Amino acid sequence: MINKTVKNAEEAIRDIENGMTLMLGGFGLCGIPENCINALVKKGVKELTCISNNAGVDDFGIGLMLQKRQLKKMIASYVGENAEFERQLLSGELEVELVPQGTLATRCMAAGYGMPAIFTPAGVGTEVAEGKEIRNFNGKDYLLEHAFDADFAIVKAWQGDTAGNLIYRSTARNFNPVMAMAGKITIAEVEHLVEPGELDPDQIHTPGIYVHRIFQGENYEKRIEQRTTRTKSEQHA
Amino acid sequence: MLDKNGIAKRIAQEIQDGSYVNLGIGIPTLVANYIPEGFNVVLQSENGLLGMGPFPFDGEEDADLINAGKQTVTTLPGSAIFDSALSFGMIRSQKVGLTILGAMEVSENGDIANWKIPGKMVKGMGGAMDLVASAKNIIVAMQHVNKAGESKLLPKCSLPLTGVKCVKKIVTEMAVLDILPEGGFRLLERAPGVSVEEIKNATAGKLVVEGEVPEMKLS
Repeated sequence: MINKTVKNAEEAIRDIENGMTLMLGGFGLCGIPENCINALVKKGVKELTCISNNAGVDDFGIGLMLQKRQLKKMIASYVGENAEFERQLLSGELEVELVPQGTLATRCMAAGYGMPAIFTPAGVGTEVAEGKEIRNFNGKDYLLEHAFDADFAIVKAWQGDTAGNLIYRSTARNFNPVMAMAGKITIAEVEHLVEPGELDPDQIHTPGIYVHRIFQGENYEKRIEQRTTRTKSEQHA
Repeated sequence: MLDKNGIAKRIAQEIQDGSYVNLGIGIPTLVANYIPEGFNVVLQSENGLLGMGPFPFDGEEDADLINAGKQTVTTLPGSAIFDSALSFGMIRSQKVGLTILGAMEVSENGDIANWKIPGKMVKGMGGAMDLVASAKNIIVAMQHVNKAGESKLLPKCSLPLTGVKCVKKIVTEMAVLDILPEGGFRLLERAPGVSVEEIKNATAGKLVVEGEVPEMKLS
């Protein structure tokens, strides 16, 4: 097996440079590559274009990179939880491209499947369609949307082996598998790094061929954005 | 007039046994509380979960298990988890049959606006544009008028659109209406104690009233 292991986040992101385009897995704060985000903040690379469903919150996730003004452009579907994001957007420091969530995921998928573009009905008749090619199939209009082109994809998985095979846990899977497939170079940080043979081949979500670098992550905070619970006496929450 | 729970209760009557349903944030989320006992309804959360269960008990929250509103949730026996592309694949291919979501405006031809107010911070459309572009049945849960007292049921939406000619039915605190294929809001039911006249006054778009309009039954 080809060994994809690197020592830590710093080594994994060593050649990420100013002006690059990065995909970052996660939905909200769930399943985000915490170690690599911290390393990118420490490294201080700037003028980045980030493709991620959300932009974190002020003091966690991509929000940490925003505080250091490391982003030039954010491509996301929903960015409503971040005051610093709003400030930079309104002041013109940050460019934002809002993409329907399914389109965002499928543009990642297309890149990983080696397809240059997709057709989707999402956004037909709205400002999302402006300037885009429209094709009619079987009486319904579809927008042509291009596959993303990212220098690096950075994902977080639950388990991974040194050959780069990945297994995600619960809804922390979200965008991670499609982004893992889409990077020119894909970095995976995992909660549990194991030897080849320890993971069941039938249960692999991302085959190692898509992953170039993998490392054992540390000190995961796994912050919860909306903690909602019920008490034992409640039937419904 | 209905309160939010009343709107949710009425919408729950639209859900069929054996269906797959996506519930948006706000009033639509409350609909889950009123699905009839014994119905097998599977809730889809577009971040990648089929078979969304109730909120976890205190102390049992799992940071890795959330819904599309980023709330901690649980799974149920028979739940499935998948990636975001697959999640929208089942939406686009109409396997998810019913979408219930909120709106700022709906037009009489079924256009919906619910993601952007010019001049205000835009948070994004999330999965709403994908959902309204594909679902076979789309029900809007919203207030009949906005905070300024202006009708949200309009001849034409004034806000940027989320989707065109897609809304099938609207449930507000005053009424249940559907969208006629030729355009127009057809009044199907009145909320308890609300008159047709009051609904007319609160509806800026074309309102079609056919004969006696019954009161909602919310037992």
